[in-house]
Amino acid sequence: MSSRDEILARIRAKAPAPRPLPSVPLFDAGRSASLATFKSSLARMGGKLAEAPADGDLDALVRRLFPDAKVLCSATPEIAGNRPLSSVGKPADLDDVDVGVVRAAFGVAETGSVWLSEAQFGINALGFLSQHLVVLLDPARIVVNLHHAYHQRGFHEARYAVLMTGPSATADIEGILIHGAQGIRSLTVVPVPAPPGA
Amino acid sequence: MKRIDHAEASSHFIKAKDHIDFHDKRLWDLRTKRDRESESLPEWQELRTLASQIKEHTLTHLADYLEEFERNAQSNGAIVHWARDAAEHNQLVFDLLRTRGAKTLVKAKSMLTEECEMREFLGPRGIEVIETDLGERIQQLDNEPPSHIVVPAVHKLRTDVAAVFARTLGTDPANSDVHYLAESQRQTTRPHFLAAGAGMIGANFAVAETGTIVVCTNEGNADLSMNLPSLQIASIGIEKMIPRIEHLGVFIRMLSRNALGSPITQITSHFRAPRPGTEMHIILVDNGRSERLGMADFWYSLKCIRCGACMNTCPVYRRSGGLSYGATYSGPIGVIIDPTFNLRKYAALPFASTLNGSCSNVCPVRINIHEQIYKWRQVISERGQLPMVKKNGMKIAGKILSSPRLYRAAIGAAGTGIEFLPDFMMYNRMNAWGKQREVPATPPMTFRQWYLANRTKKGKKK
Repeated sequence: MSSRDEILARIRAKAPAPRPLPSVPLFDAGRSASLATFKSSLARMGGKLAEAPADGDLDALVRRLFPDAKVLCSATPEIAGNRPLSSVGKPADLDDVDVGVVRAAFGVAETGSVWLSEAQFGINALGFLSQHLVVLLDPARIVVNLHHAYHQRGFHEARYAVLMTGPSATADIEGILIHGAQGIRSLTVVPVPAPPGA
Repeated sequence: MKRIDHAEASSHFIKAKDHIDFHDKRLWDLRTKRDRESESLPEWQELRTLASQIKEHTLTHLADYLEEFERNAQSNGAIVHWARDAAEHNQLVFDLLRTRGAKTLVKAKSMLTEECEMREFLGPRGIEVIETDLGERIQQLDNEPPSHIVVPAVHKLRTDVAAVFARTLGTDPANSDVHYLAESQRQTTRPHFLAAGAGMIGANFAVAETGTIVVCTNEGNADLSMNLPSLQIASIGIEKMIPRIEHLGVFIRMLSRNALGSPITQITSHFRAPRPGTEMHIILVDNGRSERLGMADFWYSLKCIRCGACMNTCPVYRRSGGLSYGATYSGPIGVIIDPTFNLRKYAALPFASTLNGSCSNVCPVRINIHEQIYKWRQVISERGQLPMVKKNGMKIAGKILSSPRLYRAAIGAAGTGIEFLPDFMMYNRMNAWGKQREVPATPPMTFRQWYLANRTKKGKKK
């Protein structure tokens, strides 16, 4: 018998009497999906929120936020950057990116998370090899909590989906919190309405 | 096989006073942060009930959900393998690496691969395995297993880490600045991410409905391990299954709140299908789990989501350190899982508990941990695996406590009161419990002596 069949047969022989599956409420009564709630949740997780520029010049905003950045790679057409994703051959080539820019599909107010998949990243490694990440988020696309988030279709369609909540972090040595463990050192969300059709 | 002597092993840890004080404080801090989260969510108890019910439902329909998961993962383009035990798992991983010519494996933290002793298997076969989680990397470089399932190097101080990194990564031995140490690991690990032929993750959850593997991390290392190499491997214990994506709402809300006291991990990743042009392999591992499912009293331990809350709250764990358990899983959850792997080897572990029940009270999936600990003691006693000191002590104590005459003689013999009894039962040289504890001051007379002196036979005041 194959390992597969042997394991399944043993489970069927041993499994305890069936128990029912409960239905899960959304737990959203009285909870806010506002940008303000999102912002304070994000701050708790070490992320930042930068006001959108009045003149709409996002390129200038990113340069102002990261004046020393040499390589700026954007996966959204709303920001030009100087390293077109189309010129990147393999994921490891993103190793020298100082600032990556993406547009999130939606955000989660409860946790301050942004939802990203291969459709938003272009190359997934952009979200992890970059030193810093700037995320554009439509304030109208913030859901109340994780229950609402997990009802989004994207989880059924994306090959890879991630809820990013602030920068990469570790507290593995004496509980001292460090931002910038293996991935991004900072995460900045900019609330900007999505362009039509995006 | 050597039997684990938890008390003896913990005595080494306890001797290092600055270590034990910090360990105790750090883990209690995690417990306190967890409490803050639990008190801020009105639906906390309801979420615990839901999490428990979803897990119990899944485990009682496990074969169906595993088949559904396999079907969906395959239609997503992943390749699914099954492993009866650790040996089969390790061989599968090795064959995948060998046939693809991968010499380096970057991997995220996985208790399953610790359980399978995968590194020990792959190393001598020419595979360089790089643990990429900071705590796990520290432990790998120090040739120690993780001492905690969430914070693997929590028993080490920064000076210990500085010594390990100086020896292995060439850092300045005099510099124990935590930022410097973490940055050194980041810089030395990055080249491995860029060059590795294969990457590996474990799983926090596997979703049957979509064939998705969910990993909750903070460092970004799991996503680097999966999003760079062309060969990706995920090793999953079969009990990680949950039915649907929407159930993640319950578990993701609970996991990090219980583990670290944060509302979510920095990075919650969902791997459903390989990147175009790459391979994703999923290994479903049994290694004793299907047997455990058939244990009427103990199958509930399969609900565990590995948050570590029971470890952080356990007074014995906090003061003895994870390594003293001599097993992959330590603390209260380890105490009830380890004997299923080897009853004789781990027979001492269910006695590393005060049965205070705090572990059961914090458990996000409502595992009756302390009741299981008590039941394991019965099993161990029935199967004749009781350690000798406990057996003799219990025998004598049982005799004395069941006879009022013997009891009075025993405590009377001590002259000044109860000293003899606790000293004999708990604090004797043979019993590790007494070693680091002070016996409370004894009253000048026993209650019986006081009663006889102050009351008449009919119970009236003299």
